[in-house]
Amino acid sequence: MAASASPRTMFEKIWQSHVVVDRPDGYTLLYIDRHLIHDGSFEAFERLKKRGLKFRRPDLAFGTPDHYVRTDTLDVSKITDANAKRLVTGLPIHARETGITVFNVGDKRQGIVHVMGPEQGITLPGTTLVCGDSHTSTHGAVGCLAFGVGSSEVTHVMATQTVWQRRPKAMRVTVDGKLGFGVTGKDVILAIIAKIGTAGGTGHVLEYAGSGIRQLSMEGRLTLCNMSIEGGGRAGMVAPDDTTFQYLSGKPYAPKGEAWDKALARWRALPTDDAATFDSEVSLSGSEIAPMVTYGTSPEDAAPITAVVPDPSTAVDSVKREGLTRALQYMGLKPGTPISEIKIDRVFIGSCTNSRIEDLRAAAAVAKGRKAVVPSWVVPGSGLVKAQAESEGLDKIFKDAGFEWREAACSMCIGTNGDTGRPEERIASTSNRNFVGRQGKGVRTHLVSPAMAAAAAVSGHFTDVRRLGS
Amino acid sequence: MSGADHAGREPFISLTAVAVPINQANVDTDQIIPARFLSTPPEQMSPYLFQDARYRDDGSPRPEFVMNKPEYKDARIIVGGRNFACGSSREAAVWVIKGNGFKAVIAPSFGDIFYNNCFQNGVLPIALPEARVNELLRFLLELPGASITVNLAEQKVQGPDGKSDSFVIDPFRKECLLKGIDDIELTLTYADAIADYEKRSETASV
Repeated sequence: MAASASPRTMFEKIWQSHVVVDRPDGYTLLYIDRHLIHDGSFEAFERLKKRGLKFRRPDLAFGTPDHYVRTDTLDVSKITDANAKRLVTGLPIHARETGITVFNVGDKRQGIVHVMGPEQGITLPGTTLVCGDSHTSTHGAVGCLAFGVGSSEVTHVMATQTVWQRRPKAMRVTVDGKLGFGVTGKDVILAIIAKIGTAGGTGHVLEYAGSGIRQLSMEGRLTLCNMSIEGGGRAGMVAPDDTTFQYLSGKPYAPKGEAWDKALARWRALPTDDAATFDSEVSLSGSEIAPMVTYGTSPEDAAPITAVVPDPSTAVDSVKREGLTRALQYMGLKPGTPISEIKIDRVFIGSCTNSRIEDLRAAAAVAKGRKAVVPSWVVPGSGLVKAQAESEGLDKIFKDAGFEWREAACSMCIGTNGDTGRPEERIASTSNRNFVGRQGKGVRTHLVSPAMAAAAAVSGHFTDVRRLGS
Repeated sequence: MSGADHAGREPFISLTAVAVPINQANVDTDQIIPARFLSTPPEQMSPYLFQDARYRDDGSPRPEFVMNKPEYKDARIIVGGRNFACGSSREAAVWVIKGNGFKAVIAPSFGDIFYNNCFQNGVLPIALPEARVNELLRFLLELPGASITVNLAEQKVQGPDGKSDSFVIDPFRKECLLKGIDDIELTLTYADAIADYEKRSETASV
């Protein structure tokens, strides 16, 4: 192919190998290798059925209920909201009708769809993956092109295994230098979004590069890519390397034997060529990133734990000034307040951002031997994460420290299963959105890493986890 | 009207209608429709547009919220701030906008997924320079009930001040809107190309 002669980014390599049709008007019909499905995909199935369309490749589709599943019981019959129950119980019915694979409640593989995909090895380097959820960007952590689509596009993928796309631009975000103790993938992505803004990546696919990214574990990279959408990016990616291959090796749906060797050779050719250029470049110094806390109602309103709540009147941009004034009013915060003095009412550790085993280990390390002074929840990302944590005794550490240990679901990140806070309740949350009302009407959300959430739980206010020691 | 079913969509040609100003940046789709309403069947969702900004806890309308002002009752166009409808991919954000009679949204920029979702539902998203959107917002706030004209074929937006601006739209999306073409029907005409692709792909299998 002529195109492969010139240096290419990883994004270009994956994009070009998935073009089905390039129209002269600049639209591309892109093939989708993996389609992930959740309980919120109900309408998309119904639309397919109503139109009499066939599910083209059920073998490439995998689902699990997560948005509407209860976290206090695995008994689906106990879901009290009739609409929520219709969605959760609808998924296995739709799976039977279409022949897709679904991991239902009660199956250990059930969990948050963005935890399940990589955990099962369904998410693989060099593939394209979509899901009707904006946090689909998570999967790019293994070096695939993964993005969220709307419900109509989900039906389109069901019927055709493709999506229409205008080719996005490519942005490289380079983080060089060693990350300090207590600084995680979550802190890195919050620092990036604080720098580029919530629309900074709009129209772009973000590739995260540099030594600060390479040293992140797979879990850290999944957290990083997960929040690409909060920086406006359509997708986020990290080049696959030995960390990726080790993680994927032996996963149920990952290639095995000869197929693995063949795939590995393909995957090693994926990283961006040295001479390739990006439409834009951003860089951060990894050693300067501190544990981060958000103070406003947009993920870009993030600051180091050592900072104070900023004064909106110092913002140069009038739109930003108005937005921040409104945000601080909603959050009940005064400019100049040290972030470490903000008292919290509740803690949530979970979500597709931070509910994997490493996240739970980091939180447990802080909780161990201490006591939560506010109601604190730990919601593992999948039944398998839960089982792994229990085999390591993490559940006991959490329970001894007064944390609640719950079943896998999206839970209090979005609250569609009923797990919500009360108006004006202030929550230290490891989730991805601090939007107005996101965790329940009037709830004040502060986004932090799992270790920072646990530190807040045991002290009742935001606390620099670096001071609690290892 | 069910926003969820886009088959047999009406073609979009031009529109002169009252425009409502949502003068705020980064309005996320959680504001447009809060998550707790997402399990509601789509045909019943329309009342929940901007629910928490629009209504008090007791369900009574907040008079200060712009959409509750009588002058905007017949509005068919939304003019919003930068990064309009960012965040969650929920297509329900478009369904409730459409379900309340809106046919076009004008803003300096949009959340990517929302922008795509608009086209899937025959709603026209129009990006104009921020300075011009700010002018439009000012006019609409000062002259509540003022109209804007949108002409898709000519790719023009005329404000209440009579000033006309061109906007950019993908020719592909424009054609689909003008003819009321449905994406799936169009894509199925490429079924052979998809089948050929599947034969040569190394990744289209598990």
